[in-house]
Amino acid sequence: MARKILLEKTGIEGIRSYEVYRKNGGYASVEKALKMTPDEIVEEVKKSGMRGRGGAGFPMGMKWSFIDKKSGKPRHLVCNADESEPGTFKDRYLMEHIPHLLIEGMIASSYALEANLSYIYIRGEYMWVFKILEKAIKEAYAAGWLGKNIQGSGFDLDLYVHCGAGAYICGEETALIESLEGKRGNPRMKPPFPAVSGLWAEPTVVNNVESISNVPWIILNSGDEYAKIGIGRSTGTKLISASGHCKNPGVYEIELGLSVDEFMNSDEYLGGMMDSRPLKALIPGGSSVPILPEHLIFKTANGEDRLMTYESLSDGGFATGSMLGSGGFIVYNDTACIVRNTWNFSRFYHHESCGQCSPCREGTGWMEKVLHRIETGHGTEADIELLWSIQSKIEGNTICPLGDAAAWPVAAAIRHFREEFEYHIRFPEKIKNRDHFVNEPMSRVRHLIQGQMV
Amino acid sequence: MEISTIKQEINMSDELMARINELLSHYPADKKKSALLPVLHAVQDAHDHWLSVELMDKVAEILEIQPIEVYEVVTFYTMYAQKPRGKYPLEFCRTSCCMLRGAEDMMDYTCQKLGVKENEVTADGMFSVHGVECLGACGYAPMLQLGDFNHEHLTKEKIDQLIEDCRAGKINLV
Repeated sequence: MARKILLEKTGIEGIRSYEVYRKNGGYASVEKALKMTPDEIVEEVKKSGMRGRGGAGFPMGMKWSFIDKKSGKPRHLVCNADESEPGTFKDRYLMEHIPHLLIEGMIASSYALEANLSYIYIRGEYMWVFKILEKAIKEAYAAGWLGKNIQGSGFDLDLYVHCGAGAYICGEETALIESLEGKRGNPRMKPPFPAVSGLWAEPTVVNNVESISNVPWIILNSGDEYAKIGIGRSTGTKLISASGHCKNPGVYEIELGLSVDEFMNSDEYLGGMMDSRPLKALIPGGSSVPILPEHLIFKTANGEDRLMTYESLSDGGFATGSMLGSGGFIVYNDTACIVRNTWNFSRFYHHESCGQCSPCREGTGWMEKVLHRIETGHGTEADIELLWSIQSKIEGNTICPLGDAAAWPVAAAIRHFREEFEYHIRFPEKIKNRDHFVNEPMSRVRHLIQGQMV
Repeated sequence: MEISTIKQEINMSDELMARINELLSHYPADKKKSALLPVLHAVQDAHDHWLSVELMDKVAEILEIQPIEVYEVVTFYTMYAQKPRGKYPLEFCRTSCCMLRGAEDMMDYTCQKLGVKENEVTADGMFSVHGVECLGACGYAPMLQLGDFNHEHLTKEKIDQLIEDCRAGKINLV
């Protein structure tokens, strides 16, 4: 069995309650942290090499070191629990099963950042998890881990959980801050970065649930020990949310460096494909990252084994690689229609665009329309070029990364599955039923397209 | 903004006001507006799960902000309803991972069974069916959300049972 840091204790009965959590070593990292200086903790997190687990993969210790401690303004740590990236449900799992781990991490991390008022921003659709966290926070206050002069250390911290109300964009850190201020989730221009001017124009660090939940282990075992797990610049363990057509969907903790083949096919993890149908494609890091066709999943374009690391999954750039992203691992078998799936994603991004930047506001809707007409048999050959052109004009031209996130899946689908788009356009009578690939997968109709090539 | 002409009875009960005051205590005294999203959830839950203009105005008054500041938030976030929905709004996730596992079939089945189209309310006011975007239950697909809770690994039989349980008053929304 692989090493577990985050899910090690989730099997213990009653671990959701304070008493059981504490009896099993809970809050020990806070006791240790309060005897260290804040800068020593920042140093340990830097040494761990841990990269932000929300999707962007920015080194967490580095992010912490940017927080403005000189201005004397109040500082805040905000936990990003807005988990909304399609394919991702790991933070929910962690908060649902072991809520005190996140609270312990929030206390130790707030101390390191010298923040005295911190928040957990959770998406509104996780309302039952919101209530689990509210209860856990009350227990932590009652046990003296929150409030004034925590454990006699002189450190004060108030921690609250705040809920959103249904907006993917609030997972972007500046939109999240706007939302926490009671406004629409419109991302802010950067700079200034939140580390200088964040919540209420005060220095703020925003970190993902999984990132913060790793901090207790790092404090107890040291950053160097953490850095020994994993490979190269991909240190530690990672939670992977697996969904789609695999045999055993669910949340798994893996050591970074595991091969994609083992994760996909061993019984410890996904156990291969549902109903033993052939694998067609994979999205390894949530809906925003490029989709990989079957021949690029287990091997990189150079023929090396593809590993579950930041570097290996992005090997080959967007031409032949993808990204680890949030760890939303979506598996597609041969019954899945890539055009329909891409249309589905475009509808999602159109729905979730905040509307501030015109390339994203207009472009996402335009892509959705074009993809819908291709999927329903009304597309033309020129539509493929049109889609390519639209996505290329969104990418890089918006305030926040939602524009890129909407553009990449479309680009990757065309890059790797162009023949499916052509099939939809040239054989509209074949795709009338939305389950068109269930009885007649692409492998059986490919000759129709090939027969037409000049 | 959609304006509903249906009159909503406003009842800021002691229990609701106590909850609002508790939520307000989570933010600095001069940052009351920050409590807007959680307060709207509490107010909506206590008012048949929708927010009339009058109710939004009331929230603005409590938080000491302009009504427009409430309207712009209510219209931005999908979880606030501006007109009544079914007593039991069945919200199906239809994003990719759920779609791959048959979400569209489940939603079609439910619409047919209840005799409604998407976003319509049944004649008895009991149910409405909605298609929504990713709810973070991708590994447990297909799924629907009803009130605060998820119903996962859906099958037609599970939907039949759920609807029956709602009719029998056995399902709690919060």
